[in-house]
Amino acid sequence: MNLRQWFLLPARLWMALFFAAPLAIVCAYSFLTRGDYGGVERPWTVESFTRVVDPLYLAILWRSVWIALVATALCAILGFPLAFFISQAGRRKNLYLQLVLLPFWTSFLIRTYAWIFILRDTGLLNTVLVRLHLIASPVQLLYNDGAVLLGLVYNFLPFFVLPMYATLERLDPALLEAAADLGASPLATLCRVVIPISAPGLMAGCVLVFIPCLGAYLTPDLLGGGKTVMLGNLVQNQFTTARDWPFGSAASLVLMLCSAILLGFLMRSRIAKELM
Amino acid sequence: MVLVLELHHLIKEFPGHRAVDDVSLQLERGGFYSLLGPSGCGKTTTLRIIGGFETPTSGEVLLGGESVNHLKPFERDVSTVFQNYALFPHLTAQRNVEFGLRERKFSDAAQRARRALELVRMNGKQDRTPAQLSGGEKQRVALARSLVLEPQLLLLDEPLAALDPKLRKEMRAELKAMQRKTGITFLFVTHDQEEALSMSDKVAVMNNGRIEQFGTPEDVYLRPATRFVAGFLGAINWFGNTGVRPEATRLSSERPDGVPCRKAAVESSLFFGNRVHVNSLLNNGQRAVAELPLDQNHFAEGDAVWVHWTPADELRFE
Repeated sequence: MNLRQWFLLPARLWMALFFAAPLAIVCAYSFLTRGDYGGVERPWTVESFTRVVDPLYLAILWRSVWIALVATALCAILGFPLAFFISQAGRRKNLYLQLVLLPFWTSFLIRTYAWIFILRDTGLLNTVLVRLHLIASPVQLLYNDGAVLLGLVYNFLPFFVLPMYATLERLDPALLEAAADLGASPLATLCRVVIPISAPGLMAGCVLVFIPCLGAYLTPDLLGGGKTVMLGNLVQNQFTTARDWPFGSAASLVLMLCSAILLGFLMRSRIAKELM
Repeated sequence: MVLVLELHHLIKEFPGHRAVDDVSLQLERGGFYSLLGPSGCGKTTTLRIIGGFETPTSGEVLLGGESVNHLKPFERDVSTVFQNYALFPHLTAQRNVEFGLRERKFSDAAQRARRALELVRMNGKQDRTPAQLSGGEKQRVALARSLVLEPQLLLLDEPLAALDPKLRKEMRAELKAMQRKTGITFLFVTHDQEEALSMSDKVAVMNNGRIEQFGTPEDVYLRPATRFVAGFLGAINWFGNTGVRPEATRLSSERPDGVPCRKAAVESSLFFGNRVHVNSLLNNGQRAVAELPLDQNHFAEGDAVWVHWTPADELRFE
């Protein structure tokens, strides 16, 4: 082994132990039969996979994809102008970037619980709205799709803003002037120059938001109140309350497959080649 | 005479300094004009005000007789060739040239763009992206992108600065030919006096935010209005308030009769192939350069000489 190989060894061991091995176990479990009190038993079977295509579970899969897509779109709509603003902010850039990262100083779990305190019937928002006589009685803000989307967008917005900012920051301001000089209105400049040039950052941001959203389980669990079940919750349920490990394994493999297919498409695209 | 551009008492103040200080200028349609001055003299700011990228603190910009002060860059009938070309990296040369045409909804955008690329001799490379073009080629595409819109006025912001010296000289003749061929008024910003003198119909020499002189290249070189113009447009020897160009400065071993002269000692001589620069130290401690043809250089370092000139060649400033 040469020196290069030695340097790679820790990373290889790490990936083998904590990625390849668990993945192999999950793969094996997905083809076994459930045990009565959790765990797995023989015989080998593909039953778990035939159950995944059950309309009930396909609906959950579709729902997860849909919620992740909407969350990604919202992150892009909110994050693009924010990233553009920061990239044009001159000396205050670093301050604004710190502010974007500020939520990471607190635990993800604590921040999600904070949202519960804000949104619940007796929470901050309802109390204020009732006191201001804008509403007669508390409105159900928590435990619905809206609350889940809010939680996802809130948590993953920085993951969109950072790559977007990195791309926009390199955008030559002279290009914006050149577009204006050639007769393009600000809107035309945005559509014909800024967005096409920053497409790699836009794509990177969308991938970084979409994939974790697709597999999210803590946010829908806490803010969706168990009603809004996403694929992540399904997997969690199978391993805990339902005690159906093979089906949980199969469902998580389907989740991985969805992400892999999406990434595969992106890697083949022209945009990905520019990004590399 | 039709005026394409009029600047009336233009002032631009930035926090702490006045970049453009009461600039007035009138350009006739169809000419090649230069704004010449050292860096920081306000020439680029003036150009940016005309393009609409800066708002003047006071004063007025008239284009074709109409005030354009309130118009945004995309509403003005001027086009700019930027210093670093500012070509759109995601578009081919052809698409770059089409950009402004499409914004103006020309139905024959592709044809017009192709003709413009032919004009700048870039046909055959129209499908390359800017990353696949050399500096000179990018320059040509940027020029075509602006020319194709047939603006009233073309602004060029040090467009040759990023090219290597040999290409720079070639592009001078080409730019001038392009201006004559299209008939579009060019306003060329540069800090290179040779460029300004060789290409322009008229040169505006700027210093400290002001135009010190606006005239033909012969005017500003041979009849400079101020000491600054005299010094900026070429080397000059100062004898008190009298300036003499090196090519008008002569040397002799004997004291010449009837012409102004100074006693000096030869310090060094520099050989330039077709001419020699002889540097000499005057008795008062100042230096003077004489540009001599090869056959007149019979002076060695340390020789005592008389520096002299004819009064007709004197440039006098109070």
